[in-house]
Amino acid sequence: MLAKTREKIIETVLFLSAATAITIVLLILIFLLKEGLPILMKVGVIDFCLGMTWNPIAIAGEPEYGIFPMIMGSIYVAIGSLILAVPLGLACAVFLAEIAPAWARFSLKHAIELLVGIPSVVLGFVGLVLLVPFVRDHFGGCGFSILAGSIVLAVMALPRIISVSDDAIRSVPRAYKEASLALGATHWYTIKKVILPSARSGIIAAVILAMGNSIGETMAVLMVVGSVACLPSPLYDVLDPVRPMTSNIAIEMSYATGDHAQALFATGIVLFVMVGMMTWLSHKVLKSKMGTAR
Amino acid sequence: MEGIEIESRSLNLWYESVHALKNVTLSMPKKKVTAVIGPSGCGKSTFIRCINRMNDLIKGCRVEGELLFEGRNVYDRDIDVVSLRKRIGMVFQKPNPFPMSVYDNVAYGPRLHGTRSSGELDKIVEESLKASALWDEVADVLNRSALDLSGGQQQRLCIARTLAVNPDVILFDEPCSALDPISTAKIEDLINTLKHDYTIIIVTHNMQQAARVSDFTAFFLLGEVIEFGKTKQIFEMPEKKSTEDYITGRFG
Amino acid sequence: MTAITTTNGLVSPATSDRAAKVGLWASAVLSMAILLFIIGYIVIEGISVVNIPFLLGSPVLSGAKGGILPAIVGTICLMAVTLSSAVPIGVGAAIYLAEYASDSVATRTITFGVECLAGVPSIVIGLFGYAFLVIYLGFGFSILSGGLALMAMALPWIVRTSEEAIKAVPLTVREGSLALGATKWQTVSRVVLPSAIPGIVTGAILGVGKAIGEAAVLMFTAGSSLLMPSSLFDPVRALPYHIYILASEGISNPMAYGSSIVLLAMVLAINLGAIAIQAHYGRRYGRN
Repeated sequence: MLAKTREKIIETVLFLSAATAITIVLLILIFLLKEGLPILMKVGVIDFCLGMTWNPIAIAGEPEYGIFPMIMGSIYVAIGSLILAVPLGLACAVFLAEIAPAWARFSLKHAIELLVGIPSVVLGFVGLVLLVPFVRDHFGGCGFSILAGSIVLAVMALPRIISVSDDAIRSVPRAYKEASLALGATHWYTIKKVILPSARSGIIAAVILAMGNSIGETMAVLMVVGSVACLPSPLYDVLDPVRPMTSNIAIEMSYATGDHAQALFATGIVLFVMVGMMTWLSHKVLKSKMGTAR
Repeated sequence: MEGIEIESRSLNLWYESVHALKNVTLSMPKKKVTAVIGPSGCGKSTFIRCINRMNDLIKGCRVEGELLFEGRNVYDRDIDVVSLRKRIGMVFQKPNPFPMSVYDNVAYGPRLHGTRSSGELDKIVEESLKASALWDEVADVLNRSALDLSGGQQQRLCIARTLAVNPDVILFDEPCSALDPISTAKIEDLINTLKHDYTIIIVTHNMQQAARVSDFTAFFLLGEVIEFGKTKQIFEMPEKKSTEDYITGRFG
Repeated sequence: MTAITTTNGLVSPATSDRAAKVGLWASAVLSMAILLFIIGYIVIEGISVVNIPFLLGSPVLSGAKGGILPAIVGTICLMAVTLSSAVPIGVGAAIYLAEYASDSVATRTITFGVECLAGVPSIVIGLFGYAFLVIYLGFGFSILSGGLALMAMALPWIVRTSEEAIKAVPLTVREGSLALGATKWQTVSRVVLPSAIPGIVTGAILGVGKAIGEAAVLMFTAGSSLLMPSSLFDPVRALPYHIYILASEGISNPMAYGSSIVLLAMVLAINLGAIAIQAHYGRRYGRN
């Protein structure tokens, strides 16, 4: 009887450990809402998210809390990073899965793991000292720009896209490849027409996840993207500086008080929701299209 | 009843909705070898896994009827499964030694049940390895990983491990199907020795093995016991036609 | 090989196949080049700064001169707090999920929770750490706050890798233990866990390695004091945050390079340590 109770106690303790993760998530939600909800109620969610002016320390007049330029800033750099990283990453993944001889696969795989390990501050720092002047000298503007931010985020996204796409491509059944080659197709043709379409769901999931990571990234992008809290003008000017949501929080939190601080927490809520949606979406894609890949 | 170790009475088992054992009624004698034979999927492994309640591990498994050991139904609510398995040991189809040294594998059971002194453990390990005809081969390498041994040696190690907890009954679930003929012969010799001290129930798909090794044989087909009796009688003068067909190789 | 005209009529399949392969090789080379360039650049620029006084000295003039010892010590202390909180919880969770959980609403919620936590951006964890650990629980800017916040980042990773390591132990070994009269927990603690330890340790080391680079979390929880910490409740400026401040406030680029090298070296050491453990203990059970 004693042994049975002991087993039960152990199982309960282990269950509580397992429940820690969801508890933390709930706590995060609770505290974000606790701090940020009041300002959202005051300003109104729509006005907060779509408002074009961010002026929390208004010297004259009412403070304004519109974060649309910041949301767009996050989206701009994230999409920019995907434009740069996805083609290169996908090509590398195809290389790793289909073309690379063993030594090349070994070196590249480990190189990618190393790249993932580089802390984002270090990448941001290199971006600051190398990339920003480079953009300034060769493209114009002040250097701190969407372009610089996209490049840095692309370097961060690259290894993740390569890894996940590599897995997706390798899980395509060999039978498909063999059937195609047996019909007289070249290797490249097989890759283009058979393997990649079959791996589509995994690759799309990887891209969505990378988008979520880029939106959520703080340090690297903070150091190179400038900190102008308005939309670029003209809207397609990638040489303009922007201030993504993450940078906004990072920069202003140290001196924000009262409503201002609440607005930053509210920005955190928007960030949490956006990234959460990306994560959920990528899981959905992975599950739903599983049928076609098999 | 005297002389009977394990008795099943109208034992029925379902995996979800599949009726895998149908009204199995069987009495297995003490200190004898009972073989359970039949074609694939006839329920023989399922049946012996009921005896030490290993089927409890399978989700959706439901049992009705009685399985008596020492007069008590092993499926009774107040039976302690852990103690049951000390008395009824099992050797599996594929050798499954722990990733530990040979010594620690055999000492695992005794340590579990409270034996601490290394003197006692040494003695138990040596006796068990001798009883499973493995001692001569591993006496010098007790600290080597068990996974380094050959398949046949590993299986004898698993037998030693089971013997170390001093059970009354040993269940063998197709113990030789993953082994070469020489190892198989060694284990069959072992079973012939062990039956003097233990009740043995062995599932085998190899009829010749059943004929060589067992005193009693039960023939299963599609979850039912078709025939049960002394091995000599089953193999020489089977009563049921399907038994005869299986034994002569018409199907299986 | 005779070229057979394809639908586009211009390029034979063999040629486009070769062109494609060249392109793919080029992309691999480019990716490697990016990595080597970044690391090479940092090392070249910063190696002159890294010497014993740098590693063992204290910062002077807000870090413009002197050394980075408090930052190194601070980083190590944070890692210790993170490890000692994330590993028991994470491994416990993994054991539960791999061994005890049945397919129920509770289990699905738990798994969902782990996935969710994995997706939370680091700055949101930082905000949470500030609101909950620093203010609400009153730990203040401290090693404790920073370490616990980093624990939230490392936890999902540790749960995932530990669960994999535990599940890699074959069912037959567990059956063998149960058939000898062991209870479930005895089987887990005496047979399953010891086999899974190399995988678990590797995962824990890598998880912590990922977490220590997260300056966005430390910004709001560990503070930015350059003094040598003397207790868990002291604030500390870990290396990543130090690099950020040096660079963004223009204090000293050379010092930032030097600090980056040290940080990279720490991350590299951690990764190599994990690989070494993996190689030494091998994987007795597991995928090849």
